[in-house]
Amino acid sequence: MTGAEITGDISDWQVDNRAKKDNHIKTSKYNVFTFLPINLFEQFQRVANAYFVVLLILQIIPEISSLSWFTTIVPLVLVLAITAVKDATDDYFRHKSDQQVNNRQSQVLIRGSLQNEKWMNVRVGDIIKLENNQFVAADILLLCSSEPYGLCYIETADLDGETNLKVRQALTITSDLGDITKLMDFDGEVICEPPNNKLDKFTGTLFWRDNKYPLDNEKMLLRGCVLRNTEWCFGLVIFAGLQTKLMQNCGKTSFKRTSIDKLMNTLVLWIFAFLICMGVILAIGNTIWESQIGRNFQVFLPWNEFQRSAVFSGFLTFWSYIIILNTVVPISLYVSVEVLRLGHSYFINWDRKMYYSQTDTAAEARTTTLNEELGQVEFIFSDKTGTLTQNIMVFSKCSINGKTFGDIYNEYDQKVEITEKTACVDFSFNPLCDRRFKFYDSNLVEAIKLEDLAVQEFFRLLALCHTVMPEEKSEGNLVYQAQSPDEGALVTAARNFGFVFRARTPETITLCEMGRAVTYQLLAILDFNNVRKRMSVIVRNPEGQIKLYSKGADTIIFDRLDPSNEDLMYTTSEHLNEFAGEGLRTLALAYKDLDEDDFDVWMKKLLFASTVIENREEQLAVLYEEIEQGLKLLGATAIEDKLQEGVPETIACLSLADIKIWVLTGDKLETAMNIGYSCNMLRDDMNEVFVISSHTVQEVQQQLRSAKEHILGLSRVSSTGDVEKTNMFAVDSVFEETIIAEYALVINGHSLAHALEPQLEHVLLDLACLCKTVICCRVTPLQKAQVVELVKRHKGAVTLAIGDGANDVSMIKTAHIGVGISGQEGMQAVLASDYSFAQFRYLQRLLLVHGRWSYFRMCNFLCYFFYKNFAFTLVHFWYGFFCGFSAQTVYDQWFITLFNIVYTSLPVLAMGLFDQDVNDQNSLRYPCLYKPGQQNLLFNKRQFFLCTLQGIGTSFLLFFIPYGAFSVMVKEDGSHFSDQQTFAVTIATSLVIVVSVQGFGELITSGKNMRMNTVPSVSSPGRTPHSSTWIENVLKRKNEVSCANDESTGGPENSDIAEQTPKQQHTD
Amino acid sequence: MGKAKVKSGPLARRPDNSAFKQQRLPAWSPMLTANTVLPFFYFMALICMLLGVWLLLTVQSTQEMKLDYTEAGSCNLCYIKRQNASNAAQSCTCSVMFSIQKAFKGDVFFYYGLKNFHQNLRRYMDSRDDGQMVGRKRNLKNPSSYCQPFDKDQTGVPIAPCGAVANSIFNDSFTLSYHQPGSYRVRIPLLRRGITWYTDENVKFRNPKTENLTLAEVFKDTARPLYWQKPVYELDPDDPTNNGFINEDLIIWMREAAFPNFKKLYGVLNRADEVFAKGLPAGNYTIDINYNFPVQYFRGRKEVVLTTLTWFGGQNHFLPVAYLVTSSLILLLAVVLTVIWWKFGKAGKNMQE
Repeated sequence: MTGAEITGDISDWQVDNRAKKDNHIKTSKYNVFTFLPINLFEQFQRVANAYFVVLLILQIIPEISSLSWFTTIVPLVLVLAITAVKDATDDYFRHKSDQQVNNRQSQVLIRGSLQNEKWMNVRVGDIIKLENNQFVAADILLLCSSEPYGLCYIETADLDGETNLKVRQALTITSDLGDITKLMDFDGEVICEPPNNKLDKFTGTLFWRDNKYPLDNEKMLLRGCVLRNTEWCFGLVIFAGLQTKLMQNCGKTSFKRTSIDKLMNTLVLWIFAFLICMGVILAIGNTIWESQIGRNFQVFLPWNEFQRSAVFSGFLTFWSYIIILNTVVPISLYVSVEVLRLGHSYFINWDRKMYYSQTDTAAEARTTTLNEELGQVEFIFSDKTGTLTQNIMVFSKCSINGKTFGDIYNEYDQKVEITEKTACVDFSFNPLCDRRFKFYDSNLVEAIKLEDLAVQEFFRLLALCHTVMPEEKSEGNLVYQAQSPDEGALVTAARNFGFVFRARTPETITLCEMGRAVTYQLLAILDFNNVRKRMSVIVRNPEGQIKLYSKGADTIIFDRLDPSNEDLMYTTSEHLNEFAGEGLRTLALAYKDLDEDDFDVWMKKLLFASTVIENREEQLAVLYEEIEQGLKLLGATAIEDKLQEGVPETIACLSLADIKIWVLTGDKLETAMNIGYSCNMLRDDMNEVFVISSHTVQEVQQQLRSAKEHILGLSRVSSTGDVEKTNMFAVDSVFEETIIAEYALVINGHSLAHALEPQLEHVLLDLACLCKTVICCRVTPLQKAQVVELVKRHKGAVTLAIGDGANDVSMIKTAHIGVGISGQEGMQAVLASDYSFAQFRYLQRLLLVHGRWSYFRMCNFLCYFFYKNFAFTLVHFWYGFFCGFSAQTVYDQWFITLFNIVYTSLPVLAMGLFDQDVNDQNSLRYPCLYKPGQQNLLFNKRQFFLCTLQGIGTSFLLFFIPYGAFSVMVKEDGSHFSDQQTFAVTIATSLVIVVSVQGFGELITSGKNMRMNTVPSVSSPGRTPHSSTWIENVLKRKNEVSCANDESTGGPENSDIAEQTPKQQHTD
Repeated sequence: MGKAKVKSGPLARRPDNSAFKQQRLPAWSPMLTANTVLPFFYFMALICMLLGVWLLLTVQSTQEMKLDYTEAGSCNLCYIKRQNASNAAQSCTCSVMFSIQKAFKGDVFFYYGLKNFHQNLRRYMDSRDDGQMVGRKRNLKNPSSYCQPFDKDQTGVPIAPCGAVANSIFNDSFTLSYHQPGSYRVRIPLLRRGITWYTDENVKFRNPKTENLTLAEVFKDTARPLYWQKPVYELDPDDPTNNGFINEDLIIWMREAAFPNFKKLYGVLNRADEVFAKGLPAGNYTIDINYNFPVQYFRGRKEVVLTTLTWFGGQNHFLPVAYLVTSSLILLLAVVLTVIWWKFGKAGKNMQE
């Protein structure tokens, strides 16, 4: 960190803290006076709004104002007002909460006494006192607390959503400053990194009494945390107000747009070009008319003074027509789209079938702008742990010193299936055991009772090497607060086998080993992280020996073993493969005896490195690497993580919908493959499962190429080779479909790193897309995001990432749609996601029902909306040819103003919100109904073209039938009837009727083609994935021949001729 | 949403089980099959056919006579005279003869028609003051700016009625006479009242309140429109109640036509006279025209139209034909669909592919 600048200089805080940042926060954007200007400014930054203001200005110019100004200003003001009211209420609540937060009381040490101050008056450098269950007011450095060793416990639910308690510890040197006079004398100086938004990192140094002390995140209490189980603590304010990490995290999240959004913007541009074309045609018409006829008509209607020539008149007419015809893109389009999406989001939130009663979690649409994209997903990237599985870890097997435990055998040495009825091991010998823990192999308990050294060391390691916090509410009633469920499972296992982890202080760990209390001195903790994939502790046991205990991913641990352990390593690794083959999560355990002198040297280096500000992480990593060498293997653990309910069915269903599911997991290859088999993603009847696990680029390339050739060679005589690469399959989708059924690809993180390099990514992508199932294992969070990015960039397909843990956040943010599972691993994934729910199986409903409906409704809505407005507006175009191109409107001005927001708003809303072409059961029963969305069939440029054409046709009929009827019409009492007003009213009325009947007609008939499926006699077409489905045929046919529409198979939308002619008759 | 209901307990956040929220609102979705759609098509074709035939017969029973008198007969001279704007003040009368082969039975309506006269130009249509027309005194003295340049005359006196529409009022007048066989010409009596829309005459057009003044005094400080020969309060010399803004010719003119070719009602045959009790008999007729309205500037034509009416209105072949065409289109479509259904679609075979 460069530019360290925040200093909390205690010695002279009374002098210059006035200049320093106070703790006042302001999340609100406006106040009473700035609201109007700022809000309007923000709103006019939207292109649509600005466009309408330009129109408004045009309308104010009297010479070209073909419409009164209110036709634009009424809807515009309405739209602006709705948005402004929404913004204002939001801001009002922000004001209120700001005020409430700013006025919270906290105790500040001022001039030797504790005084109550409002939060907003707390300043950087102040020392504040917190009491139990109080919110932390600012980012503070923990100085001391009521608990021994300056420990305190915090809950970070507001910060990252995790509800387990976390421990923070003050520097030893400050932890005895427990009373006010001592605190008054504290005059340290803190130099730290500048404010940033990383919740889990802090680097700083405390200078006090000529010494340097390293500061890290473990000594910080961040704003938004709650103090728990601690009577009081004192802290020094480091960051206050807007500089706190909580506030720094409130940044704007990147705005995701759907493909329909983008298409809509393009189309609006097209329409605008079309508008200009029409304007030009009419302006030319006007020029010709004025020079031929208008010139002579001046007797009755003289030209204005400034209207010097016919050409100039044409120029003015152009603008007049732009004003009149602008209703082809009405303001209400954007508003309606937003309203519909909001409605769809509410339907997701309200869905009982996506509510998980066990955790009382309903599904939540956290982003309201992506709904229709849910109906177009082609790729799902799924995490495994916690997403496909329950993430409830159970210690199920272990391998200790080359011997496995956990399976039970009958008298004939055959493995017995473990069922509910199998007898559990009796842990009654251990008064501290956890009753819910179940283990079936009694050999292990016997080994413990025989005091087998390796077994004891194995469980000692499990009891010592972790970051779990114990909570002993009453004697013997232990509750473990574990950050990861794996650790919890391991510590609980150790507890039941007689190595009970009872208490932890920063410098000691107390175990109860077979009923005997033993206290270990904790010398160092070498943290776990995603790169290291291991954690170690260094402890001194009561006998005075220093030991390093390490647990971690098997490959990592095996690389660091002492050569003498080779035999054991082979046996253990066999066992590990066996475990992994059963889908268990494995960890290898190892220890090392340390030499006192070596350790001292190392410890000094560590202390030094941990006070450095720059590159602290890297230096520490190097030091950790140095000591974690020459380990001795103890064994391995295997933890079972059960599949969530309904996962195989969901995956099967989604793959029938042509959604490709890629599993990206940090687990071992074998574990991942096993889960793949149990999820039905890998099957024995698959032609081939390609496993790519190599270490060099060449090997990876070789493997990828040969796999691909294998597929192509079998499928057809390959004349194309590698040359065509991606295009080949994109074009020939039928071909793609026929071969992907049979193959699967499994690739590990090492190979993936190579395969993701630019020269290989195409090969990887081609191969992966040829396979039905893709599993990437041992991948890092970054690689997850890279894979998503790769597909997103090259396939142009809509991607969805689903995950539950912090390691999935990058992937969730990268994908078009991010789904978070609110499960065991905290809330980070949910907070980063667009949609969240509790169980993987709800994904099926989210996509196949809600996504499909949303997409269907949005597409129909857009088609209908464009149709409606074309039919509405183009009547003016036709009229232009009869009124001398003078930009005379057909309709009454108020009708133009209110057409979209009053006269025809209900059909649109009804269709956009409630339309169901297929009910939810059938959507789920026939997943192939999802395919039109993926292929973008329901709204694309072609569809747009067709619906505008339909609109143009309607406007043509709407104009010319009344024209024919009216030009010679008289009333039955002889009075003439062909005046402009009557004509206008007639056209307006028929327009509203035609358009509404069209809208409601679509609504009523939209479900017709699907209804056939519910008739039991018709065989279900959805179950055969290979045949190109009938729905596509229907959709294609719909666009080609109008007659097909009127058959029972017709699409939801009818063609011009069939629908309009009969209707038109009634409107005359 | 305004749901303030706070639930508690283990299922606190469970969404309500209402039909709306669970998207189970009742819906009517008819199953469209060939069996329901095809009969509907045939039925629609039949309905349209019947309507078309009925209307056609109705329309056939009316009679219509059109006479373009722009340059016909002695009007040729007037036409030439009106080409020169300096003769605008001089009157010109002419007459045109025509004959009717078959008697017009029942009420006969007399229209004047203009061709290529654009009453629907935007600036023309706007050039009027409806406030003035409903009799607001303020607007009488201060015509709306929309009336420009016909709002005030050269001396600044406000024009009533103002605007291009009123200014360009059709000011030919007609006298129709019948050559009774073996007798003199009989002037055909025309009813010139009661030919407007009720709402126009009673709501949209009112004279300013007279308050014991004569109409002339009310309009004292106003000028007549530039092209008018008589002020607005003297439009109908025969009937004092037909003067001012409620003059029916003015009202009819002010209802602007939607298209450049239009006809407007001039009068209705008064059948009180026993000669015309049954309508217009066959024979020879003369129209005497007070030829004022110039059309040659914009290459327009003027005509008179005599017609009888039915419940359906005048002679209008468009709608019956439109119905017949629609009917045959639907029928064609229905037949094509039937054939398709017969050959391919029976028993929903295509659904099983």
